Amino acid sequence: MNIVVCIKQVPDTTEVKINPVTGTLIREGVPSIMNPDDKGGLEYALQLKDKYGAHVTVITMGLPQAEAILREALAMGVDRAILLTDRKLGGADTLATSSALAGALRTMDVDLIITGRQAIDGDTAQVGPQIAEHLDLPQVSYMEDLQYNEATKTFTIKKQLEDGYQILEMQAPCVVTALASSVQPRYMTVSGIVTAFDKEVEVWGADRINVPEEHIGKAGSPTSVFKSFPKQLKPAGQTFEVSPEEAVELIVNKLKEKHII
Amino acid sequence: MNLAEYKDVYVFAEQRNGKLQNVALELLGKARELADANNEKVVAMLLGKDVKALAPTLIEHGADKVMVVDHDLLKDYMTEPYTEAITAIIESEKPSIMLIGATTIGRDLGPRVSARNRTGLTADATKLEISDDEAHEFRMTRPAFGGNLMATILCKNNRPQMSTVRPGVMQKMAADKGRKGEVVDYKVNFDEKKIARVKLVKTVKEEKTVTDISEAKILVSGGRGVGTKDGFAKLEALAKELGGEVSSSRAMVDAGVMPADRQVGQTGKTVRPALYMACGISGAIQHLAGMEESELIVAINKDKFAPIFQVADLGIVGDLHKIVPMLTERLKTMQK
Repeated sequence: MNIVVCIKQVPDTTEVKINPVTGTLIREGVPSIMNPDDKGGLEYALQLKDKYGAHVTVITMGLPQAEAILREALAMGVDRAILLTDRKLGGADTLATSSALAGALRTMDVDLIITGRQAIDGDTAQVGPQIAEHLDLPQVSYMEDLQYNEATKTFTIKKQLEDGYQILEMQAPCVVTALASSVQPRYMTVSGIVTAFDKEVEVWGADRINVPEEHIGKAGSPTSVFKSFPKQLKPAGQTFEVSPEEAVELIVNKLKEKHII
Repeated sequence: MNLAEYKDVYVFAEQRNGKLQNVALELLGKARELADANNEKVVAMLLGKDVKALAPTLIEHGADKVMVVDHDLLKDYMTEPYTEAITAIIESEKPSIMLIGATTIGRDLGPRVSARNRTGLTADATKLEISDDEAHEFRMTRPAFGGNLMATILCKNNRPQMSTVRPGVMQKMAADKGRKGEVVDYKVNFDEKKIARVKLVKTVKEEKTVTDISEAKILVSGGRGVGTKDGFAKLEALAKELGGEVSSSRAMVDAGVMPADRQVGQTGKTVRPALYMACGISGAIQHLAGMEESELIVAINKDKFAPIFQVADLGIVGDLHKIVPMLTERLKTMQK
Protein backbone atom coordinates (compact mmCIF):
# COMPACT_ATOMS: atom_id res chain seq x y z
CA MET A 1 0.00 0.00 0.00
CA ASN A 2 1.31 3.43 -0.96
CA ILE A 3 0.22 6.37 1.14
CA VAL A 4 0.96 10.02 0.49
CA VAL A 5 0.34 12.57 3.22
CA CYS A 6 0.09 16.23 2.24
CA ILE A 7 1.43 18.46 4.98
CA LYS A 8 1.83 22.21 5.44
CA GLN A 9 4.12 24.42 7.46
CA VAL A 10 2.08 27.02 9.31
CA PRO A 11 2.67 29.79 11.85
CA ASP A 12 1.49 28.66 15.26
CA THR A 13 -1.52 30.98 15.37
CA THR A 14 -2.24 30.19 19.00
CA GLU A 15 1.05 31.94 19.79
CA VAL A 16 0.03 35.13 18.06
CA LYS A 17 -0.36 38.06 20.43
CA ILE A 18 -2.11 41.35 19.97
CA ASN A 19 -0.35 44.57 20.88
CA PRO A 20 -2.63 45.90 23.64
CA VAL A 21 -1.81 49.52 22.83
CA THR A 22 -2.15 49.55 19.05
CA GLY A 23 -4.48 46.57 18.68
CA THR A 24 -2.31 45.18 15.90
CA LEU A 25 -0.85 41.75 15.34
CA ILE A 26 2.60 40.91 16.67
CA ARG A 27 4.02 38.60 14.01
CA GLU A 28 7.60 38.53 15.20
CA GLY A 29 8.77 35.41 16.94
CA VAL A 30 5.75 33.30 15.98
CA PRO A 31 7.11 29.75 15.60
CA SER A 32 6.47 27.63 12.49
CA ILE A 33 5.02 24.17 13.03
CA MET A 34 3.62 21.22 11.11
CA ASN A 35 -0.10 21.92 10.79
CA PRO A 36 -1.85 19.92 13.57
CA ASP A 37 -4.50 18.21 11.41
CA ASP A 38 -1.76 17.19 8.95
CA LYS A 39 0.26 15.72 11.78
CA GLY A 40 -2.80 13.76 12.88
CA GLY A 41 -3.15 12.47 9.31
CA LEU A 42 0.51 11.52 9.26
CA GLU A 43 0.04 9.46 12.42
CA TYR A 44 -2.76 7.49 10.74
CA ALA A 45 -0.46 6.80 7.80
CA LEU A 46 2.32 5.61 10.10
CA GLN A 47 -0.11 3.32 11.91
CA LEU A 48 -0.98 1.73 8.54
CA LYS A 49 2.75 1.39 7.91
CA ASP A 50 3.19 -0.36 11.28
CA LYS A 51 0.30 -2.71 10.56
CA TYR A 52 0.53 -3.42 6.84
CA GLY A 53 4.01 -2.26 5.88
CA ALA A 54 2.63 0.63 3.90
CA HIS A 55 5.11 2.91 2.14
CA VAL A 56 4.55 6.46 3.37
CA THR A 57 5.51 9.60 1.44
CA VAL A 58 5.03 13.16 2.68
CA ILE A 59 4.77 16.11 0.34
CA THR A 60 4.56 19.79 1.07
CA MET A 61 4.23 22.79 -1.17
CA GLY A 62 5.86 25.90 0.18
CA LEU A 63 8.98 27.93 0.65
CA PRO A 64 12.36 26.19 0.98
CA GLN A 65 12.24 26.50 4.80
CA ALA A 66 9.26 24.08 4.80
CA GLU A 67 11.97 21.41 4.64
CA ALA A 68 11.88 21.55 8.46
CA ILE A 69 8.52 19.79 8.67
CA LEU A 70 9.64 17.20 6.11
CA ARG A 71 12.66 16.41 8.33
CA GLU A 72 10.29 16.13 11.28
CA ALA A 73 8.12 13.69 9.30
CA LEU A 74 11.20 11.65 8.36
CA ALA A 75 12.15 11.50 12.03
CA MET A 76 8.65 10.25 12.84
CA GLY A 77 9.22 7.40 10.40
CA VAL A 78 8.10 8.24 6.86
CA ASP A 79 9.94 6.69 3.92
CA ARG A 80 10.10 9.54 1.45
CA ALA A 81 9.80 13.33 1.59
CA ILE A 82 9.11 15.75 -1.26
CA LEU A 83 9.34 19.53 -1.20
CA LEU A 84 7.40 21.14 -4.02
CA THR A 85 8.78 24.63 -4.30
CA ASP A 86 8.89 27.06 -7.18
CA ARG A 87 8.29 30.76 -7.68
CA LYS A 88 5.71 29.81 -10.30
CA LEU A 89 3.62 28.21 -7.55
CA GLY A 90 3.57 31.33 -5.37
CA GLY A 91 0.48 33.41 -4.65
CA ALA A 92 -1.75 30.38 -5.01
CA ASP A 93 -5.24 30.20 -3.51
CA THR A 94 -6.70 26.84 -2.51
CA LEU A 95 -7.69 25.88 -6.05
CA ALA A 96 -4.22 26.58 -7.50
CA THR A 97 -2.58 24.88 -4.50
CA SER A 98 -4.69 21.78 -4.93
CA SER A 99 -4.01 21.77 -8.69
CA ALA A 100 -0.25 21.78 -8.09
CA LEU A 101 -0.38 19.10 -5.40
CA ALA A 102 -2.70 16.98 -7.55
CA GLY A 103 -0.18 17.32 -10.37
CA ALA A 104 2.56 15.95 -8.13
CA LEU A 105 0.34 13.13 -6.85
CA ARG A 106 -0.61 12.17 -10.41
CA THR A 107 3.01 11.17 -11.05
CA MET A 108 2.93 8.67 -8.16
CA ASP A 109 1.30 5.31 -7.63
CA VAL A 110 -1.00 5.98 -4.67
CA ASP A 111 -3.64 3.95 -2.81
CA LEU A 112 -4.45 6.48 -0.12
CA ILE A 113 -3.95 10.24 0.05
CA ILE A 114 -4.28 11.85 3.46
CA THR A 115 -4.50 15.58 4.10
CA GLY A 116 -5.34 17.44 7.27
CA ARG A 117 -8.90 18.66 7.45
CA GLN A 118 -7.72 22.28 7.50
CA ALA A 119 -4.66 24.39 8.22
CA ILE A 120 -4.69 26.70 11.21
CA ASP A 121 -3.47 29.72 9.23
CA GLY A 122 -6.28 29.57 6.70
CA ASP A 123 -8.96 27.32 8.20
CA THR A 124 -10.45 26.72 4.75
CA ALA A 125 -10.69 22.90 4.71
CA GLN A 126 -10.66 23.09 0.91
CA VAL A 127 -7.40 21.66 -0.39
CA GLY A 128 -8.10 18.00 0.50
CA PRO A 129 -11.46 17.74 -1.30
CA GLN A 130 -10.11 19.80 -4.21
CA ILE A 131 -7.17 17.42 -4.65
CA ALA A 132 -9.64 14.53 -4.68
CA GLU A 133 -11.66 16.25 -7.38
CA HIS A 134 -8.67 17.02 -9.61
CA LEU A 135 -7.62 13.36 -9.40
CA ASP A 136 -11.20 12.12 -9.83
CA LEU A 137 -10.95 10.15 -6.57
CA PRO A 138 -13.59 9.63 -3.89
CA GLN A 139 -13.17 11.48 -0.60
CA VAL A 140 -14.23 11.38 3.02
CA SER A 141 -13.50 14.49 5.06
CA TYR A 142 -13.47 15.00 8.84
CA MET A 143 -11.98 11.52 9.35
CA GLU A 144 -11.52 10.53 12.97
CA ASP A 145 -10.70 6.85 12.52
CA LEU A 146 -9.84 4.54 9.66
CA GLN A 147 -9.38 0.81 9.19
CA TYR A 148 -8.06 -0.99 6.13
CA ASN A 149 -9.61 -4.15 4.77
CA GLU A 150 -6.88 -5.96 2.82
CA ALA A 151 -9.17 -8.49 1.12
CA THR A 152 -11.50 -5.91 -0.46
CA LYS A 153 -8.97 -3.04 -0.72
CA THR A 154 -11.43 -0.75 1.03
CA PHE A 155 -11.17 1.63 3.95
CA THR A 156 -13.75 1.83 6.70
CA ILE A 157 -13.84 5.41 7.92
CA LYS A 158 -15.42 7.15 10.84
CA LYS A 159 -16.45 10.67 9.84
CA GLN A 160 -17.22 13.31 12.43
CA LEU A 161 -20.50 15.25 12.20
CA GLU A 162 -21.80 18.07 14.39
CA ASP A 163 -24.23 15.79 16.16
CA GLY A 164 -22.66 12.35 15.87
CA TYR A 165 -20.69 10.42 13.29
CA GLN A 166 -20.94 8.29 10.17
CA ILE A 167 -19.30 5.04 9.19
CA LEU A 168 -18.40 4.94 5.49
CA GLU A 169 -16.71 2.43 3.23
CA MET A 170 -14.50 3.71 0.46
CA GLN A 171 -12.60 1.95 -2.33
CA ALA A 172 -8.91 2.61 -2.80
CA PRO A 173 -7.48 4.75 -4.30
CA CYS A 174 -9.09 7.57 -2.34
CA VAL A 175 -8.61 10.71 -0.28
CA VAL A 176 -9.34 11.34 3.40
CA THR A 177 -8.96 14.54 5.41
CA ALA A 178 -7.96 13.91 9.00
CA LEU A 179 -8.75 15.55 12.33
CA ALA A 180 -5.94 16.24 14.79
CA SER A 181 -8.14 15.80 17.83
CA SER A 182 -8.75 12.12 17.17
CA VAL A 183 -5.21 10.81 17.42
CA GLN A 184 -1.97 11.36 19.34
CA PRO A 185 0.90 11.82 16.87
CA ARG A 186 4.06 9.91 17.80
CA TYR A 187 7.19 11.71 18.85
CA MET A 188 10.32 11.78 16.78
CA THR A 189 12.74 9.11 17.97
CA VAL A 190 16.43 9.77 18.58
CA SER A 191 17.42 7.28 15.89
CA GLY A 192 14.71 8.76 13.69
CA ILE A 193 16.20 12.21 14.06
CA VAL A 194 19.65 10.90 13.20
CA THR A 195 18.48 9.05 10.09
CA ALA A 196 16.21 11.93 9.11
CA PHE A 197 19.23 14.05 8.45
CA ASP A 198 20.86 11.33 6.34
CA LYS A 199 17.78 10.91 4.20
CA GLU A 200 17.25 12.97 1.11
CA VAL A 201 14.47 15.51 0.83
CA GLU A 202 13.54 15.55 -2.84
CA VAL A 203 13.08 19.06 -4.18
CA TRP A 204 10.62 19.34 -7.04
CA GLY A 205 9.99 22.37 -9.20
CA ALA A 206 6.90 23.21 -11.25
CA ASP A 207 8.47 21.39 -14.23
CA ARG A 208 8.01 18.07 -12.43
CA ILE A 209 4.23 18.23 -12.12
CA ASN A 210 2.97 18.72 -15.67
CA VAL A 211 0.14 21.11 -14.80
CA PRO A 212 -0.70 23.94 -17.21
CA GLU A 213 0.66 27.28 -15.98
CA GLU A 214 -2.80 28.80 -16.03
CA HIS A 215 -3.81 26.35 -13.28
CA ILE A 216 -1.03 27.09 -10.80
CA GLY A 217 0.24 30.04 -8.79
CA LYS A 218 -1.41 33.40 -9.03
CA ALA A 219 -2.64 32.79 -12.57
CA GLY A 220 -4.47 29.65 -11.46
CA SER A 221 -6.19 31.33 -8.52
CA PRO A 222 -9.77 32.45 -9.09
CA THR A 223 -9.80 34.33 -5.79
CA SER A 224 -7.68 37.30 -4.84
CA VAL A 225 -7.30 39.28 -1.67
CA PHE A 226 -8.76 42.74 -2.21
CA LYS A 227 -7.54 43.97 1.17
CA SER A 228 -6.64 42.67 4.58
CA PHE A 229 -6.88 44.54 7.83
CA PRO A 230 -6.65 43.96 11.55
CA LYS A 231 -9.86 42.88 13.09
CA GLN A 232 -11.98 45.86 14.10
CA LEU A 233 -13.22 45.35 17.57
CA LYS A 234 -16.27 47.34 18.49
CA PRO A 235 -15.63 50.25 20.84
CA ALA A 236 -15.32 49.17 24.43
CA GLY A 237 -18.07 50.04 26.88
CA GLN A 238 -17.33 51.15 30.40
CA THR A 239 -15.47 49.03 32.90
CA PHE A 240 -16.03 49.45 36.61
CA GLU A 241 -13.93 48.41 39.56
CA VAL A 242 -16.56 48.33 42.31
CA SER A 243 -17.80 46.24 45.21
CA PRO A 244 -19.78 43.07 44.40
CA GLU A 245 -22.98 44.79 45.60
CA GLU A 246 -22.47 47.71 43.27
CA ALA A 247 -21.48 45.34 40.45
CA VAL A 248 -24.79 43.50 40.81
CA GLU A 249 -26.66 46.84 40.63
CA LEU A 250 -24.78 47.86 37.49
CA ILE A 251 -25.51 44.54 35.79
CA VAL A 252 -29.19 44.54 36.77
CA ASN A 253 -29.63 48.09 35.48
CA LYS A 254 -27.93 47.23 32.20
CA LEU A 255 -30.10 44.14 31.71
CA LYS A 256 -33.20 46.24 32.40
CA GLU A 257 -32.07 48.95 30.01
CA LYS A 258 -31.66 46.37 27.23
CA HIS A 259 -34.94 44.65 28.12
CA ILE A 260 -33.26 41.38 28.95
CA ILE A 261 -35.12 41.28 32.27
CA MET B 1 -16.49 32.59 -19.66
CA ASN B 2 -19.01 35.31 -20.42
CA LEU B 3 -19.58 36.80 -16.97
CA ALA B 4 -22.72 38.64 -18.08
CA GLU B 5 -24.52 35.31 -18.56
CA TYR B 6 -24.23 34.57 -14.86
CA LYS B 7 -26.83 35.97 -12.55
CA ASP B 8 -28.83 35.46 -9.35
CA VAL B 9 -27.88 34.34 -5.86
CA TYR B 10 -28.11 30.60 -5.19
CA VAL B 11 -28.29 29.09 -1.72
CA PHE B 12 -27.66 25.46 -0.83
CA ALA B 13 -30.67 24.64 1.37
CA GLU B 14 -29.07 22.07 3.63
CA GLN B 15 -31.46 19.57 5.18
CA ARG B 16 -30.78 16.55 7.33
CA ASN B 17 -33.40 13.82 7.73
CA GLY B 18 -35.94 16.11 6.13
CA LYS B 19 -35.24 18.94 8.55
CA LEU B 20 -33.99 22.24 7.15
CA GLN B 21 -30.86 23.47 8.88
CA ASN B 22 -31.04 26.93 10.39
CA VAL B 23 -28.01 28.03 8.41
CA ALA B 24 -29.99 27.59 5.18
CA LEU B 25 -32.52 30.17 6.34
CA GLU B 26 -29.76 32.48 7.56
CA LEU B 27 -28.13 32.33 4.12
CA LEU B 28 -31.46 33.13 2.44
CA GLY B 29 -31.67 36.29 4.55
CA LYS B 30 -28.25 37.43 3.37
CA ALA B 31 -28.93 36.26 -0.20
CA ARG B 32 -32.06 38.42 -0.27
CA GLU B 33 -29.98 41.48 0.58
CA LEU B 34 -27.33 40.67 -2.05
CA ALA B 35 -29.91 39.90 -4.74
CA ASP B 36 -31.85 43.10 -4.06
CA ALA B 37 -28.65 45.14 -4.46
CA ASN B 38 -28.32 43.76 -8.00
CA ASN B 39 -32.00 43.38 -8.91
CA GLU B 40 -31.55 39.65 -9.03
CA LYS B 41 -33.37 36.59 -7.75
CA VAL B 42 -32.72 34.34 -4.78
CA VAL B 43 -32.79 30.67 -5.73
CA ALA B 44 -32.71 27.88 -3.14
CA MET B 45 -31.33 24.50 -4.16
CA LEU B 46 -33.12 21.82 -2.18
CA LEU B 47 -31.57 18.36 -2.53
CA GLY B 48 -32.80 15.19 -0.85
CA LYS B 49 -35.45 12.49 -0.91
CA ASP B 50 -39.09 13.50 -0.36
CA VAL B 51 -38.10 17.01 0.66
CA LYS B 52 -40.38 19.10 -1.55
CA ALA B 53 -42.59 19.93 1.44
CA LEU B 54 -39.76 22.13 2.74
CA ALA B 55 -39.94 24.47 -0.26
CA PRO B 56 -42.60 26.86 1.15
CA THR B 57 -40.44 27.52 4.23
CA LEU B 58 -37.59 28.56 1.93
CA ILE B 59 -39.88 30.95 0.05
CA GLU B 60 -41.18 32.44 3.31
CA HIS B 61 -37.59 33.18 4.29
CA GLY B 62 -36.60 34.95 1.10
CA ALA B 63 -36.31 32.55 -1.86
CA ASP B 64 -37.94 33.59 -5.16
CA LYS B 65 -37.49 30.14 -6.59
CA VAL B 66 -36.79 26.70 -5.15
CA MET B 67 -35.13 24.08 -7.33
CA VAL B 68 -35.96 20.67 -5.92
CA VAL B 69 -33.72 17.74 -6.80
CA ASP B 70 -35.45 14.71 -5.38
CA HIS B 71 -33.68 11.37 -5.74
CA ASP B 72 -32.94 8.20 -3.75
CA LEU B 73 -29.22 8.91 -4.14
CA LEU B 74 -29.67 12.21 -2.32
CA LYS B 75 -31.42 10.80 0.74
CA ASP B 76 -28.33 11.18 2.94
CA TYR B 77 -25.62 13.69 2.15
CA MET B 78 -22.87 12.06 0.08
CA THR B 79 -20.13 14.02 -1.65
CA GLU B 80 -20.44 12.73 -5.21
CA PRO B 81 -24.19 12.77 -5.93
CA TYR B 82 -24.58 16.17 -4.25
CA THR B 83 -21.63 17.53 -6.27
CA GLU B 84 -23.16 16.19 -9.47
CA ALA B 85 -26.53 17.78 -8.74
CA ILE B 86 -25.07 21.19 -7.86
CA THR B 87 -22.76 21.05 -10.89
CA ALA B 88 -25.71 20.30 -13.17
CA ILE B 89 -27.48 23.36 -11.80
CA ILE B 90 -24.38 25.53 -12.28
CA GLU B 91 -24.02 24.38 -15.88
CA SER B 92 -27.65 24.92 -16.85
CA GLU B 93 -28.63 27.91 -14.71
CA LYS B 94 -25.35 29.90 -14.51
CA PRO B 95 -25.53 31.35 -10.99
CA SER B 96 -23.52 34.46 -10.21
CA ILE B 97 -23.22 33.85 -6.48
CA MET B 98 -23.54 30.62 -4.50
CA LEU B 99 -23.73 30.42 -0.71
CA ILE B 100 -23.26 27.23 1.30
CA GLY B 101 -23.41 26.72 5.07
CA ALA B 102 -20.01 26.00 6.62
CA THR B 103 -21.18 22.79 8.27
CA THR B 104 -19.39 19.45 8.00
CA ILE B 105 -21.58 18.90 4.93
CA GLY B 106 -21.05 22.32 3.33
CA ARG B 107 -17.31 22.25 3.94
CA ASP B 108 -17.16 18.87 2.17
CA LEU B 109 -19.41 19.86 -0.73
CA GLY B 110 -18.15 23.42 -1.36
CA PRO B 111 -14.53 22.65 -2.27
CA ARG B 112 -15.53 19.66 -4.39
CA VAL B 113 -17.99 21.79 -6.37
CA SER B 114 -15.52 24.65 -6.72
CA ALA B 115 -12.82 22.35 -8.09
CA ARG B 116 -15.18 20.61 -10.51
CA ASN B 117 -16.26 23.97 -11.88
CA ARG B 118 -12.84 25.61 -11.53
CA THR B 119 -14.11 28.55 -9.60
CA GLY B 120 -13.18 30.33 -6.37
CA LEU B 121 -14.53 29.50 -2.95
CA THR B 122 -14.18 31.73 0.08
CA ALA B 123 -14.24 29.80 3.32
CA ASP B 124 -16.38 30.82 6.28
CA ALA B 125 -17.10 34.42 5.33
CA THR B 126 -18.39 36.64 8.13
CA LYS B 127 -19.40 39.53 5.89
CA LEU B 128 -20.80 39.47 2.35
CA GLU B 129 -21.62 42.60 0.43
CA ILE B 130 -22.10 44.09 -3.00
CA SER B 131 -19.87 47.14 -3.35
CA ASP B 132 -21.84 50.36 -3.66
CA ASP B 133 -19.65 51.69 -6.46
CA GLU B 134 -20.32 51.14 -10.17
CA ALA B 135 -18.55 47.79 -10.23
CA HIS B 136 -21.15 46.13 -7.99
CA GLU B 137 -18.43 43.73 -6.91
CA PHE B 138 -19.21 40.83 -4.64
CA ARG B 139 -16.93 41.17 -1.61
CA MET B 140 -16.43 38.33 0.83
CA THR B 141 -14.72 39.08 4.13
CA ARG B 142 -13.38 36.35 6.36
CA PRO B 143 -11.09 35.93 9.33
CA ALA B 144 -7.57 34.77 8.49
CA PHE B 145 -4.49 33.88 10.44
CA GLY B 146 -6.41 32.18 13.24
CA GLY B 147 -8.90 35.04 13.49
CA ASN B 148 -6.19 37.65 13.97
CA LEU B 149 -6.71 39.35 10.61
CA MET B 150 -9.63 39.97 8.31
CA ALA B 151 -9.30 39.54 4.55
CA THR B 152 -11.71 40.71 1.87
CA ILE B 153 -11.75 38.28 -1.05
CA LEU B 154 -12.88 38.77 -4.63
CA CYS B 155 -13.59 36.20 -7.31
CA LYS B 156 -13.33 38.41 -10.35
CA ASN B 157 -13.23 36.25 -13.45
CA ASN B 158 -14.85 32.97 -12.46
CA ARG B 159 -18.44 32.06 -11.72
CA PRO B 160 -20.21 31.21 -9.57
CA GLN B 161 -18.58 33.29 -6.85
CA MET B 162 -18.81 30.81 -4.02
CA SER B 163 -18.63 31.26 -0.28
CA THR B 164 -19.32 29.18 2.77
CA VAL B 165 -20.71 30.90 5.86
CA ARG B 166 -20.68 29.54 9.38
CA PRO B 167 -23.97 28.91 11.15
CA GLY B 168 -25.04 31.77 13.40
CA VAL B 169 -23.18 34.49 11.48
CA MET B 170 -25.98 35.80 9.24
CA GLN B 171 -29.49 36.62 10.35
CA LYS B 172 -32.56 35.04 8.87
CA MET B 173 -35.57 37.09 7.81
CA ALA B 174 -38.76 36.78 9.79
CA ALA B 175 -40.98 34.26 7.98
CA ASP B 176 -43.41 35.99 5.64
CA LYS B 177 -46.28 33.60 4.97
CA GLY B 178 -47.50 35.82 2.14
CA ARG B 179 -44.33 35.66 0.05
CA LYS B 180 -44.77 34.09 -3.36
CA GLY B 181 -42.24 31.93 -5.13
CA GLU B 182 -41.82 29.30 -7.76
CA VAL B 183 -41.05 25.63 -7.04
CA VAL B 184 -39.33 23.71 -9.84
CA ASP B 185 -38.48 20.02 -10.08
CA TYR B 186 -34.98 19.56 -11.47
CA LYS B 187 -33.73 16.30 -12.95
CA VAL B 188 -30.12 15.18 -12.82
CA ASN B 189 -28.41 12.28 -14.59
CA PHE B 190 -26.20 10.69 -11.97
CA ASP B 191 -22.98 8.75 -12.57
CA GLU B 192 -23.88 5.73 -10.46
CA LYS B 193 -20.55 4.01 -10.96
CA LYS B 194 -18.69 6.97 -9.56
CA ILE B 195 -21.14 7.32 -6.72
CA ALA B 196 -20.71 3.64 -5.75
CA ARG B 197 -17.09 4.22 -4.72
CA VAL B 198 -18.25 5.39 -1.28
CA LYS B 199 -20.93 3.62 0.71
CA LEU B 200 -22.64 4.94 3.81
CA VAL B 201 -22.77 2.13 6.38
CA LYS B 202 -24.55 4.04 9.10
CA THR B 203 -25.14 7.43 10.68
CA VAL B 204 -25.00 7.53 14.45
CA LYS B 205 -26.55 10.40 16.35
CA GLU B 206 -24.92 11.15 19.62
CA GLU B 207 -27.19 12.17 22.41
CA LYS B 208 -27.23 15.90 22.84
CA THR B 209 -28.16 16.61 26.42
CA VAL B 210 -28.59 20.33 26.02
CA THR B 211 -29.78 22.81 23.43
CA ASP B 212 -27.40 24.11 20.84
CA ILE B 213 -25.59 27.13 22.28
CA SER B 214 -25.59 28.87 18.90
CA GLU B 215 -29.37 29.10 19.17
CA ALA B 216 -29.53 30.34 22.77
CA LYS B 217 -30.74 33.90 23.30
CA ILE B 218 -28.82 34.22 26.55
CA LEU B 219 -25.44 32.67 27.29
CA VAL B 220 -23.60 32.65 30.58
CA SER B 221 -20.11 31.70 29.56
CA GLY B 222 -17.21 30.61 31.71
CA GLY B 223 -13.46 30.56 31.29
CA ARG B 224 -10.34 29.77 33.23
CA GLY B 225 -11.49 32.03 36.09
CA VAL B 226 -14.44 29.70 36.73
CA GLY B 227 -11.98 26.87 37.09
CA THR B 228 -14.02 23.85 38.12
CA LYS B 229 -17.32 22.04 37.70
CA ASP B 230 -18.40 23.61 41.01
CA GLY B 231 -17.64 26.99 39.54
CA PHE B 232 -19.79 26.18 36.51
CA ALA B 233 -22.65 25.19 38.84
CA LYS B 234 -22.80 28.88 39.88
CA LEU B 235 -23.02 29.87 36.21
CA GLU B 236 -25.74 27.30 35.62
CA ALA B 237 -27.82 28.72 38.45
CA LEU B 238 -27.55 32.19 36.92
CA ALA B 239 -28.30 30.88 33.41
CA LYS B 240 -31.40 29.16 34.75
CA GLU B 241 -32.60 32.39 36.35
CA LEU B 242 -32.06 34.27 33.08
CA GLY B 243 -33.56 31.51 30.93
CA GLY B 244 -30.28 30.93 29.13
CA GLU B 245 -27.61 28.32 28.58
CA VAL B 246 -24.06 27.86 29.80
CA SER B 247 -21.17 27.99 27.37
CA SER B 248 -17.44 27.84 27.76
CA SER B 249 -14.08 29.03 26.55
CA ARG B 250 -11.67 26.59 24.93
CA ALA B 251 -9.53 26.40 28.07
CA MET B 252 -12.31 24.81 30.09
CA VAL B 253 -13.08 22.34 27.29
CA ASP B 254 -9.43 21.34 26.97
CA ALA B 255 -9.31 20.93 30.75
CA GLY B 256 -12.23 18.50 30.51
CA VAL B 257 -14.47 20.65 32.69
CA MET B 258 -16.96 21.38 29.90
CA PRO B 259 -18.00 19.32 26.84
CA ALA B 260 -16.83 20.41 23.38
CA ASP B 261 -20.33 21.28 22.14
CA ARG B 262 -20.39 24.16 24.66
CA GLN B 263 -17.28 25.83 23.29
CA VAL B 264 -17.50 29.34 21.87
CA GLY B 265 -14.80 30.65 19.56
CA GLN B 266 -12.74 30.13 16.45
CA THR B 267 -12.51 26.37 16.91
CA GLY B 268 -15.88 26.14 18.65
CA LYS B 269 -19.18 27.75 17.79
CA THR B 270 -20.07 31.24 16.65
CA VAL B 271 -22.78 32.76 18.81
CA ARG B 272 -24.69 36.02 18.71
CA PRO B 273 -27.10 35.94 21.62
CA ALA B 274 -29.03 38.91 23.00
CA LEU B 275 -26.86 38.65 26.11
CA TYR B 276 -23.40 37.15 26.43
CA MET B 277 -22.16 37.12 29.96
CA ALA B 278 -18.42 36.36 29.99
CA CYS B 279 -17.34 35.17 33.44
CA GLY B 280 -13.65 34.66 34.08
CA ILE B 281 -12.90 34.71 30.35
CA SER B 282 -9.80 36.69 29.44
CA GLY B 283 -10.90 37.04 25.82
CA ALA B 284 -8.25 35.56 23.55
CA ILE B 285 -8.76 36.70 19.97
CA GLN B 286 -9.94 33.19 19.05
CA HIS B 287 -12.68 33.46 21.66
CA LEU B 288 -13.71 36.97 20.64
CA ALA B 289 -14.08 35.76 17.04
CA GLY B 290 -16.92 33.52 18.20
CA MET B 291 -18.92 35.95 20.34
CA GLU B 292 -18.19 39.59 19.59
CA GLU B 293 -21.35 39.93 17.49
CA SER B 294 -23.46 39.36 20.59
CA GLU B 295 -25.94 42.17 21.12
CA LEU B 296 -24.99 42.84 24.74
CA ILE B 297 -21.75 41.70 26.29
CA VAL B 298 -21.23 41.82 30.04
CA ALA B 299 -17.82 40.73 31.32
CA ILE B 300 -16.71 39.89 34.82
CA ASN B 301 -12.99 39.36 35.31
CA LYS B 302 -10.44 39.88 38.04
CA ASP B 303 -7.82 41.19 35.63
CA LYS B 304 -8.65 44.72 34.58
CA PHE B 305 -6.35 44.37 31.57
CA ALA B 306 -8.20 41.32 30.22
CA PRO B 307 -8.92 41.86 26.49
CA ILE B 308 -12.55 40.84 27.01
CA PHE B 309 -13.15 44.32 28.43
CA GLN B 310 -12.32 45.77 25.01
CA VAL B 311 -15.47 44.23 23.54
CA ALA B 312 -17.72 44.35 26.61
CA ASP B 313 -20.59 46.82 26.78
CA LEU B 314 -20.33 46.57 30.55
CA GLY B 315 -17.18 45.41 32.29
CA ILE B 316 -16.89 44.50 35.94
CA VAL B 317 -13.47 44.07 37.49
CA GLY B 318 -14.19 41.69 40.32
CA ASP B 319 -14.59 38.18 41.63
CA LEU B 320 -17.16 36.22 39.66
CA HIS B 321 -17.42 33.68 42.47
CA LYS B 322 -18.94 36.42 44.64
CA ILE B 323 -20.81 38.44 42.02
CA VAL B 324 -22.50 35.63 40.09
CA PRO B 325 -24.29 34.05 43.11
CA MET B 326 -25.31 37.49 44.37
CA LEU B 327 -26.71 38.39 40.97
CA THR B 328 -28.61 35.10 40.85
CA GLU B 329 -30.16 35.82 44.26
CA ARG B 330 -31.02 39.35 43.22
CA LEU B 331 -32.82 38.12 40.10
CA LYS B 332 -34.71 35.58 42.18
CA THR B 333 -36.01 38.23 44.57
CA MET B 334 -36.94 40.49 41.65
CA GLN B 335 -39.20 37.82 40.22
CA LYS B 336 -41.15 37.51 43.41
